[in-house]
Amino acid sequence: MVVPSVTSSLKKYKGKWGRAEAKHLLKRTLFGAGKEDLDHFASKSLKHAIQQLLHTEEPAPAPPVNNYNDEKYTDEEIQPGATWITATKLSGKNSGRRRNSFKAWWMGCMINQQRTLREKMVLFWHNHFATEMNMVDNPFMIYKHNVLLRQYALGNFKAMVRAVTVDAAMLKYLNGNANTKKAPDENYGRELQELFTVGKGPGSQYTEADVKAAARVLTGFRINNKVLPGVHGIFDAGRHDESDKQFSAFYNNKVIKGRKGKEGESELDELLDLIFQQPEVARFICRKLYRFFVYHQIDEDTERTIIEPLARTFRENHYEIKPVLERLFSSRHFFDAGNRGGIIKSPVDFSVGLVREYKIPFPGEDSFVEQYGLWSNIQATASQMQQNIGDPPNVAGWPAWYQEPLFDKSWISSDTLPKRTAFTDRMVTNGFARNGKKLLIDPVQYVKQLPAPGDPNKLIDDLAALLYAVDLPAEEKQYMKTGILLQGLQGMASDHYWTDAWKKLQDKPDDAANTKNVTNKLKNLLKYMMSLPQYQLM
Amino acid sequence: MKRRRFLRDTITGVVLPSFLQGISLKALAGLPGVHARHAAQTDDRVLVLIQLAGGNDGINTVIPFDQYSAYTAARPNIYLPQEKVLRLNGFDASAFNPAMTNMHQLFNEGKLGVVQAVSYPKPNFSHFRATDIWMTGSDSDKVLSSGWAGRFLNDVYPQFPDNYPNDAMPDPLAIQVGSVVSTTLQGPLFTMGMAITNPAGFYKLVEGKVNVNANSRWGEQLDYIELMSQKTDQYATVIKTAAKKVPAQSPAYPATGKNPLADQLKIVARLIAGGLKTKVYMVSTGSFDTHAKQTEADTTTGTHAKLLARVSEAIGAFVNDLQFLQIGDRVMGMTFSEFGRRIKSNASGGTDHGVAAPVFYFGNNVKAGVIGSNPIIPENATVNDNVPMQHDFRSLYATVLQHWLKMPAEEVQQILMGNYPMLPIV
Repeated sequence: MVVPSVTSSLKKYKGKWGRAEAKHLLKRTLFGAGKEDLDHFASKSLKHAIQQLLHTEEPAPAPPVNNYNDEKYTDEEIQPGATWITATKLSGKNSGRRRNSFKAWWMGCMINQQRTLREKMVLFWHNHFATEMNMVDNPFMIYKHNVLLRQYALGNFKAMVRAVTVDAAMLKYLNGNANTKKAPDENYGRELQELFTVGKGPGSQYTEADVKAAARVLTGFRINNKVLPGVHGIFDAGRHDESDKQFSAFYNNKVIKGRKGKEGESELDELLDLIFQQPEVARFICRKLYRFFVYHQIDEDTERTIIEPLARTFRENHYEIKPVLERLFSSRHFFDAGNRGGIIKSPVDFSVGLVREYKIPFPGEDSFVEQYGLWSNIQATASQMQQNIGDPPNVAGWPAWYQEPLFDKSWISSDTLPKRTAFTDRMVTNGFARNGKKLLIDPVQYVKQLPAPGDPNKLIDDLAALLYAVDLPAEEKQYMKTGILLQGLQGMASDHYWTDAWKKLQDKPDDAANTKNVTNKLKNLLKYMMSLPQYQLM
Repeated sequence: MKRRRFLRDTITGVVLPSFLQGISLKALAGLPGVHARHAAQTDDRVLVLIQLAGGNDGINTVIPFDQYSAYTAARPNIYLPQEKVLRLNGFDASAFNPAMTNMHQLFNEGKLGVVQAVSYPKPNFSHFRATDIWMTGSDSDKVLSSGWAGRFLNDVYPQFPDNYPNDAMPDPLAIQVGSVVSTTLQGPLFTMGMAITNPAGFYKLVEGKVNVNANSRWGEQLDYIELMSQKTDQYATVIKTAAKKVPAQSPAYPATGKNPLADQLKIVARLIAGGLKTKVYMVSTGSFDTHAKQTEADTTTGTHAKLLARVSEAIGAFVNDLQFLQIGDRVMGMTFSEFGRRIKSNASGGTDHGVAAPVFYFGNNVKAGVIGSNPIIPENATVNDNVPMQHDFRSLYATVLQHWLKMPAEEVQQILMGNYPMLPIV
């Protein structure tokens, strides 16, 4: 047997639109899909659902705050709970603390996401324009870079590349700030082509000379106000190489004429015009979107029937992202049964998805210390599973989204798989606690929202439909019922023992023994369900 | 549990050289684990690979002492002072960076050697592509999915993971310290390695087996996860057992957390001493991409010196521990980096992506020394001057496979897809 290809096209999907389809769409476009998310979207048409997901008018999240005063350090300038992004003092003591605050805050943005694609696209772009905080090192630059990714998340890709190129964090990370006419530094000129635009696909044939020429075009940008909140990239004409830059046949032997003075900055726009004339740019980005949202393997058929027309849409819309996503998510191909459940959850999808699907409440902003602390716990969890947001392994991002042949299978190793199960177990048993505030799954509340929690068969069916992107074999469900839900209950032979115990919990909640029994059964059931390989898929 | 047959046929996108498939098919006729196919399977020798990710600057690692004026002219802002570099017994032409005290000592004791100017024809300057080339052992213009060590392990244990672990090989074939298994250990179809961070912290997986219908994209993914969870379970036990057999290690290691490479090698030494039959271990340390400010004003200090000191200290402690644990004769180690850096330093006090660079190898049984000569440093080096290749990196692999891991010559050629001259390193 061979893994079947999925041959359906990009034509508009006209098939059934129900909970199963909404679940597929939401698990891919949000971090997890909770019951209320499913209720909300299943009641709309597919068209309206996608329109809502692509809605970009939502306000930007409030900036990160000082959560970091401790016995060793008090920020004299920024009050506890006030944002530090306007601070005028940056020191060794507050820099690391602010970076930690930033990571917690970003995790909070994902956990508190609206029902739109924005936060997922911020993560997509972070993986695409990967920068590492431990190298950028400056909390103002890091925050501004993240704001930039969010600002352009569903915007124009070419404009985004322009903005990223002169962004302070990127100038520092890929040495753009050290790139001068005296000492051209090829780092950004190379990655701009190899990783950010034309890529390394078969249709990309830029040369080492193009890397050098691009580096020379980009000479002159540097970082201004390095340690201040107003830090930004500027063009410094004195450092710009004013000679002509010759490109290879791949770029039609174009020469970018050297310009003098302030004019030199416009060479960047000529360079981007040159790069974006290459049809390979749209293909490269569409392949990455496909791997992120649909499936890791792109066979010849997919290249021809999905990537190529999507890339055409991208180009025809002058590199606007929305029309591409709209076309992909409205397509027969996306909803094809063969494509459902075929992605292994990233650590962020796994951890944030769990928190969102169980609607685990976090402390509000008046308890910002505990709120940030618990956001940090989730961030550290994802990091232990090898996705440390803000610090990808290198400028190519995470291997799950580019490295043949494993792709997303690389999230699963003998090290990370036990950690995933350790996390789901922990969220059911002890959770995380900060000063009395706790993150923990409440299994009774969770199953109460289901239509028939007293019927063990329906309970298991409904839980499986919520938690898994794929079907569970009948014998597995049978095992859950007899091996977990009914096990240890008096008599244990038939369904009504569960039904009675559940009913008693409603009628006599102060019957401690029964409450404990039912609660423990549900905890064991949820732990078991989340330990199955199926829970790793989305 | 028997591995489902469809797995073998699922990865249709992978183009395998036909002779590799031939070997696999031939081997399928045999009984697994009953007869050792090679001396490699019963021999207790171990290979430890140390990746220096980012592209190590070879010229400031092994200094061309015989060309000091050209060297200082090419690198006016980062050259190492003549009186500070570490001179090598019996090899006057070259010297080590002053940060490499432990490795210097090992060299003078005859336990460490250098192969100069290792690279491959038509070098690539991209980190990711160059790393893939080193890890897969491919030609620069060919793309391979499997790693060179993965193919070696696939050759010795051709039916893995079917019927593994078994009595003949109860342990992981290869172990990567770090959470993601490297391409180096990727076999033609399966990864031949397992990943660990800390063996003592292994979480016990909940038991539970399901029957999966894998005739679908999700089914194939699910199957992989299931397989991985079973492997985790089985190997967790043997690794724990092995780790527990070693109550004490050499005091030469720095405190935990001070030197991440030393922490990784400490786990490796413990598992080898604990009796694992694992053939290949891989560890990695990064940040060698020194485009800017690789030294301080005192060029014996700064980023690159710290990186080299870390490597040197880790290897020194590891070799010391191998003696302490009485396993020194069984272990050979080797460093690699995806490329070297340019001869001329740039004006930001760093060095840009280059071509060839030295490789270090070490162990009780190696032939120490410097193989090859220093690169010729031009009098007026320009930004385009690179260290030309003297040794193909696959010569190193071939020598290690044939002379250390006892693979027959014709199989070494198959694994590496070519005939590469041996080097006098072991």
